[in-house]
Amino acid sequence: MSDCIQLAHGGGGTLMQQLINQELRALYADPAQVLHDAARLELPPGPLAFSTDGYVVQPLEFPGGDIGSLAVIGTANDLAMAGARPLHLSVALLLEEGLPLALLRRLVASMAAAARACELTIVTGDTKVVERGKADGIFITTSGIGAVQAPTPIHPTAIRPGDQLLLSGDLGRHGVAILAARHGLALVPPVLSDCAPLWPQVRVRLEAGVRIHCLRDLTRGGLASALQELAEAAAVELAIEEARLPVLEPVARTCELLGFEPLPLANEGRFVVVVPPQARDQAQALLAASGGAWIGSVRPASKGARVLLTTSFGTERQLLPLSGELLPRIC
Amino acid sequence: MSAALQSQINGRVAELAAQLAATASRPWTLMEVCGGQTHSILRWGLDQLLPPGLRLIHGPGCPVCVTPAERIDAALELAVRPEVILCSYGDMLRVPGGAAGHDLLGARAAGGDVQLLTSPLQAIALAQACPERQVVFLAVGFETTAPATALLLRQARALGLTNLTVLLAHVRVAPAMAALLQEPGNQVQGFLAAGHVGAVMGTAELGQLVRRHRVPVVVTGFEPADVMAALLRLVQLLEAGTPVLANAYGRVVRQQGNGAAQALLKEVFAVVDQPWRGLGPIAAGGYELVAAYRDFDALLRFCLPSAAAAPPPEPLASPCISGLILQGRALPPDCPAFGSACTPERPLGAPMVSSEGACAAYYRYRRPAP
Repeated sequence: MSDCIQLAHGGGGTLMQQLINQELRALYADPAQVLHDAARLELPPGPLAFSTDGYVVQPLEFPGGDIGSLAVIGTANDLAMAGARPLHLSVALLLEEGLPLALLRRLVASMAAAARACELTIVTGDTKVVERGKADGIFITTSGIGAVQAPTPIHPTAIRPGDQLLLSGDLGRHGVAILAARHGLALVPPVLSDCAPLWPQVRVRLEAGVRIHCLRDLTRGGLASALQELAEAAAVELAIEEARLPVLEPVARTCELLGFEPLPLANEGRFVVVVPPQARDQAQALLAASGGAWIGSVRPASKGARVLLTTSFGTERQLLPLSGELLPRIC
Repeated sequence: MSAALQSQINGRVAELAAQLAATASRPWTLMEVCGGQTHSILRWGLDQLLPPGLRLIHGPGCPVCVTPAERIDAALELAVRPEVILCSYGDMLRVPGGAAGHDLLGARAAGGDVQLLTSPLQAIALAQACPERQVVFLAVGFETTAPATALLLRQARALGLTNLTVLLAHVRVAPAMAALLQEPGNQVQGFLAAGHVGAVMGTAELGQLVRRHRVPVVVTGFEPADVMAALLRLVQLLEAGTPVLANAYGRVVRQQGNGAAQALLKEVFAVVDQPWRGLGPIAAGGYELVAAYRDFDALLRFCLPSAAAAPPPEPLASPCISGLILQGRALPPDCPAFGSACTPERPLGAPMVSSEGACAAYYRYRRPAP
């Protein structure tokens, strides 16, 4: 087999069979899965959650993760945000002609490891190859099914004025890891992506009986976009305190250098928890281990759905979602 | 930042705010020159901590905001040529040229090879990696980034690179401060000067400005406590009627500045009159390449017209008042387009683009309606 992807690897012939049998088999917990067009699933009774996401990222490998682990964990996390235990995933790989096979092998191994970490199985997949220049190395689409474990619907419309906002950990690390890799900034020590499965943290809360109104993972747009989306979906005002937001020193310093703020930067392993006031202390105690914190509360939307931020100096401003592309400033 | 340090800073800022309130006996209008300071003031809501009579107007110290539109138009023209790799700093890529909506990101989407640099020296690696292409660096910024461009050119010359040129749009801050003071109807009674420019240039040229115009200037940095301490010093000088230069950023700015950087500037650049976007021509407001480096001038290499001619007015159809904002004659919310026709996604004027621009600062850090 040549050492990089050729168009014939997607052509349906022997090279494609070799690719699937030799390189992609590792994705599947049950190798027999690769032999058929569709997976037959035995699902537990009760409501299911279903989610899909496409993954494009440069560089394909970054400090703390790669596009493979991101594609598995990202969709598993979306299921967890609906209070669902991730069960099964489909994986569609779109490969660019010329992609080194060694890199594909690393990404496949990373996806398989991420699937084990999320305690889910990859049950079906597809592979296509496009001409050089028509894709950016590799694009991945994953879809996942999960079994809903939450006793009440976890959804923005369950948010009520008086509810409390908690954050599961520090902000902005995935965004800084990607930006540093993309712009050739050799941070010492390197800032690692926070990419991590969230279901274990959600399960702990559900098993402890914490009443949860809503969960939202911070992905592109970071905390700023997640809170704005929640405020709009729930038609409420969210008030947060900047001094409570956990930001690691290297992240804060890199942001200062590039002219960014940590709040709109991407995360891949952090989420906001919205709980009724009586559940705050219990939820907070469970977050302490992961570096999480109480960050604010929910108010009636007297001036429209918005997010207000009180700075450490006691001044107030409106927090807006990221606009446009993140571009490093000149000086 | 540790909780103890944060609490120490909070205490210091609160103490400075109280002293400012006790010191200011009448209204004063002050200008912070640097866009980084504007952003710090709005980001931390420092304007909310000032006594009522103290008015801050925001200066033109945003390099991408004052880069002449025709220089950006030249970059746009070059960017779509197949042989050219056009590179510049990140926030330069979204600045519209003479026509709203035409920017380098658009040129990239249309197939142009537009690349983002975090250091001008990266242009050397680009030029070496692509000997068959022409690398053009759109060189913008104040005296803070000009030495890095000078270093790029010195190295390019030493390496004998023939496929690298610069589209030069560097500007000098002190002449623009003098020009603002000479404008009829000037309201500025004192300046907060930009600390990072001071770190390179030293304080001598600001001393001349103070002596000539009898306006106090305080050099400062960008942290909330730096800005508040400098505002207090400025108000103290105004209340005492002593228009002098003060350095409130001694941990970074030395009187003589950075000698190595100044020597680079002198080797590569000569001071020229230069149009600033929004402000018009500024005497001694910019740089050109000296004869020994003229081979690296992209305007000459590609036979493009020089931008020395007066800049064209903003398009008549645009309601954008960025010129008035850059001169400190209006605040961003005074603009009819602010936040409606003009947003960071679809900027009509440069101050809405840059992370240093006043309009972007007001948009991003807006004060909540009560």
